[in-house]
Amino acid sequence: MQPKISVRTEPFDAAAESAALTKGRADIGALVSFIGLCRDEGGALAALELEHYPGMAEEEMARVAQEAARRWPLMGLTAIHRSGRIAPGEPIVLVIAASGHRAAAFAAAEFMMDYLKTRAPFWKKEWRRDGTAGDWVEAKDHDDAAMERWREPGKRGE
Amino acid sequence: MKAVYFAWVRERVGLTDEEIAPPADVRTVADLLAWQIARGENYAYAFENAKAIRAALDRKHVKHDAPIAGVREVAFFPPMTGG
Repeated sequence: MQPKISVRTEPFDAAAESAALTKGRADIGALVSFIGLCRDEGGALAALELEHYPGMAEEEMARVAQEAARRWPLMGLTAIHRSGRIAPGEPIVLVIAASGHRAAAFAAAEFMMDYLKTRAPFWKKEWRRDGTAGDWVEAKDHDDAAMERWREPGKRGE
Repeated sequence: MKAVYFAWVRERVGLTDEEIAPPADVRTVADLLAWQIARGENYAYAFENAKAIRAALDRKHVKHDAPIAGVREVAFFPPMTGG
């Protein structure tokens, strides 16, 4: 199983990506697709600007995907993250996990998102409707907590 | 070595990247942060709160006690907010 990893500015087609994972095979029993979208924060937000570390972003996403593949019996795994300016309502990130059964597909998709949020080198800056630059979005403690629950006993993380 | 900066670290330093040549007694990421702070006001502003700074050596996450010997690229950035 070779995960598909991509960082790009243009929007993605979630349905086409799901179809690509299942095309020509009949052994997949579960496919979980997650899409993260840009919120307008009650109308105040004009856009999010996604900055990333070229090279490391793809490599870190691939490392997380390999770890997911080690933990669950996956038959397909896709992770696409956009960079650049993204308007409210537009998709930011797509994770698709395919497996024989739903438990592995759900868990792997959630694991991917929890790890991507805290380990993949992306940063969000807010742009306000009045045209001014807002703040850099701050990392949230609950995102770290969400990642921590996947830690395997006896394994030392970074 | 090459230093690269992202997000508000990049904005505060005022550069996306630069070549740096720290002295031999700068051995770890923590040493490098302290050395950076002494380089000027913009660096002091960017790195004043070391706990808020994440680092990567040759594109891999490291802790601040990691040695920098032999490293080609060091990156400094705030906690990540993708997804």
